[in-house]
Amino acid sequence: MEKRIILDPGQWIAFMVVAVGAMIMLGPFYFMFVFATHSNTDILSVPPPVWFGGQFVANVQVLLEKLPYFWNNLGVSFYVAIITTALNLFFCSLAGYAFATYEFRYKNLLFMIVMSTLLIPPFLGMIPTTLIMTLFGWMNEPRALYLPMACSALGVFLMRQYISSAIPRELLEAARMDGCGEFATFRHIVLPLTGPAMGTLGLITFITSWNNFMTPLVVMRDMEMYTVPLALRALQGSGQVPWGAICAGSSIAVAPLLVIFILASRRLIEGMTAGALKG
Amino acid sequence: MSAVMERRETPAATPVKARRSWLTRKTAPYVFISPFFILFAVFGLFPLLFTIYLSFHYWDPSTGLGGMKWVGFENFTFVLTDDWFHKSLYNTFWIALVSGVPQHLAAIPLAFFLHTRLSRWRNAVVGLYFLPFITSTVAISLVFTSLFSRDYGLINVLLTQMGQWEVAGLRPLSWVFPTENIDWNDPGYTKWVISFVVWWRYVGWNTVLYLSALQTIPKDLYEAASIDGASRRQQFWHITVPLLRPMMFLAITLSIIGNLQLFEEPFILTGGLGPGGTSIGGPDQAGKTAAMHMYATAYIESDFGTASAVAWLLFLIIAMMTWANNKAFKEKS
Repeated sequence: MEKRIILDPGQWIAFMVVAVGAMIMLGPFYFMFVFATHSNTDILSVPPPVWFGGQFVANVQVLLEKLPYFWNNLGVSFYVAIITTALNLFFCSLAGYAFATYEFRYKNLLFMIVMSTLLIPPFLGMIPTTLIMTLFGWMNEPRALYLPMACSALGVFLMRQYISSAIPRELLEAARMDGCGEFATFRHIVLPLTGPAMGTLGLITFITSWNNFMTPLVVMRDMEMYTVPLALRALQGSGQVPWGAICAGSSIAVAPLLVIFILASRRLIEGMTAGALKG
Repeated sequence: MSAVMERRETPAATPVKARRSWLTRKTAPYVFISPFFILFAVFGLFPLLFTIYLSFHYWDPSTGLGGMKWVGFENFTFVLTDDWFHKSLYNTFWIALVSGVPQHLAAIPLAFFLHTRLSRWRNAVVGLYFLPFITSTVAISLVFTSLFSRDYGLINVLLTQMGQWEVAGLRPLSWVFPTENIDWNDPGYTKWVISFVVWWRYVGWNTVLYLSALQTIPKDLYEAASIDGASRRQQFWHITVPLLRPMMFLAITLSIIGNLQLFEEPFILTGGLGPGGTSIGGPDQAGKTAAMHMYATAYIESDFGTASAVAWLLFLIIAMMTWANNKAFKEKS
């Protein structure tokens, strides 16, 4: 019953266009990694290198000369991203659980408020964020980065969707009958069953926190406390631009995201677009 | 003390029961959702309201909170008559359109193609196109800066090689492709480069949105159409496009909201801040968007009141555009 698909020229063109498009999408990543392994002289020669070289370590050394705190910056990024993720998983699943299974007054209104916060443009909070963090004495502190992001509206939405579809109410009732408290029910019954949603939300949160640029830009003043994107930005400036080092740094900054993406691209895409699609 | 007493009186009771005293079925949901609302109040709502308050004041933060001076609508009138604000707004709209329209013009046919023609490789291809969306804007914008550099950038090398390609002493492609390196930093090109990078970043995201909408269109519609002799192209125009309208509305709305507050891509691509922060936006500030203008006003000129007015005006513009988009879509259908 196998049907052979015979393509007409128009379809061949379509295939070619899609393939070329995919190359345009991947190209910058490819050259980022290639340039990361070449010296500046190589990169600045015409034509530029198109295959990997052996200068990666040397480029990282240049990077460390320009950004003496780069490993620190990497540490700050990881620290902030991991704490943001942990807090999000806890708070969002808690709130999502409440919205999914409890009946309470103003539930719909409160949920609408949660969802409508997604529409507030981030730049609107930029100036007062600086002010609040100064007021709290949190300038240069990682908590200035993770606390504002500790419970995202998208996370609450994702967890609510998952819990309401994946966890039977009878199970919760049974737990209560056995004398389980409200939090204990969540802790012992709901949490262990939310694995897949937790995975998706965790990865999304990690990526968002890792890529965050605007908040660190206005909150982190000392180079030591920069996150990776902020540190990389500091490489720009007058004089000879160290492209090899920039690409090495960028590769290091993008590597964790690529690993995450390769492992879970489908779930990630579905999770990220969920807020837009069903919101 | 009382908790200890209770436990003594009923030794069989578990600690779980003792905790139930305040976390009942009625209070629990409110307690459980409170982290979101507390965090939102402190880091979301308060900043919003404070920006409104600030926009009616003159304030240099180095003078402390006491240094705020009420100026009424002065900030707003200043911003509205400020040439730099107009210019940054013009740049913002230019980039929003030039990157935004092709995003959708490319995403819709791509999604249609992936939906109808690819089944085995669909997820891999979607993944490739989506990848730019999740990567660090700063890192990738820096890489683009390298690719677009004038003398050695790969893009110039590719373009000029096409332009200089000779056949029998002639250069047949020299009228399409440049024969000399282009200075992408030139004010005439800055916005094109930014728009390209923004397009590159979001085209996959839009494709995913459209693809998910296509998957909800029942297959028998297409089957019925092809039985009636409709070609693939006719099916696209008469079934797919009309049924995609709701998603087009949503995706375009998201593009408007996102593109009008562009910050990171133009910020990095135009070199961040020049010496003294003067050259923000690149030569002739051709790449300075409204969000960058706000940033510069606040953090370089230390004029937080005016910057807040910029923020609110931009927000109003975004809201108006979203509303207009809503209206345009409703009237047509």
